[in-house]
Amino acid sequence: MTLEWIGDVVLLVVLLPVVVYLLRGVLNAARSITPSVEQIASAAQAGSRDLDSAALLATTQEQVIKTIESAANYGGSLDVILDDA
Amino acid sequence: MPAAGVVMIVAVVLIVAALVYFLVATIFALQKITKGLDDAISGVVGIIEKSAPVNDVVATINQNLDAGVDLLEGLLVKKAGMADAVGLVDGLYPGAAAQGFRNFPESRTVTAPRISEVYTRGTLTLARLGREAPIAAASPAGPALRNPAYGSRAARALYPGGRPTAPEPLPRSPIIGTESPVQYPEGSNGADSGAV
Repeated sequence: MTLEWIGDVVLLVVLLPVVVYLLRGVLNAARSITPSVEQIASAAQAGSRDLDSAALLATTQEQVIKTIESAANYGGSLDVILDDA
Repeated sequence: MPAAGVVMIVAVVLIVAALVYFLVATIFALQKITKGLDDAISGVVGIIEKSAPVNDVVATINQNLDAGVDLLEGLLVKKAGMADAVGLVDGLYPGAAAQGFRNFPESRTVTAPRISEVYTRGTLTLARLGREAPIAAASPAGPALRNPAYGSRAARALYPGGRPTAPEPLPRSPIIGTESPVQYPEGSNGADSGAV
């Protein structure tokens, strides 16, 4: 009979607080991760939106090619018009 | 049932209830984390997909720009000469003479003439691009029209009658080509078509 009471006391005074303490630690850790993950997600989405204009590089590429072609044509004309040094 | 057994059952029930509460709350928190990670992964995948062609495009742009730089450097050196070309670039971009031209390593050792101190930038451009510029009328055979030591007096000498406000309008250039309203036969008026 005495051993049963001792077991009850151990359950209520030792085991239950330890279980609650450990589980609360796990829960707090999981909850502390959530805001960080949400920030990472929002940053990734913002980074992805920032790269929307990367497609315009194709236009820049075409413009550079046209500009260099024009400069080459202009340089060729100058080469004919102007005397060499 | 003895009282000790009842107390033990109550204790076990309390422990199980605590386990259920905290574990369910942990499951919900982990589900939120999973959802956030899914969003982050989709954003990162978007970044990867959008930035994939950037390297090739930028490499092509740089390649074309390099070709343009080679062309312009070569033309400038050919037309102005190494020393004047270095001086001209250094006048437009002070300090650039130390770097020299990319395709002309010997340009780094050239002593750049201080063109920007002798001529203004606009005059330089006119002198290099058009022989009609006033500064080019006496150059290169004669001395420089502007003296760096007496720059203001020399500059005033360019326009002794006062600086002209605006040029007279010139007649429009004739329209040339196969569809021009006035056709000039080849070699007319002593024109030498072979030089064009």
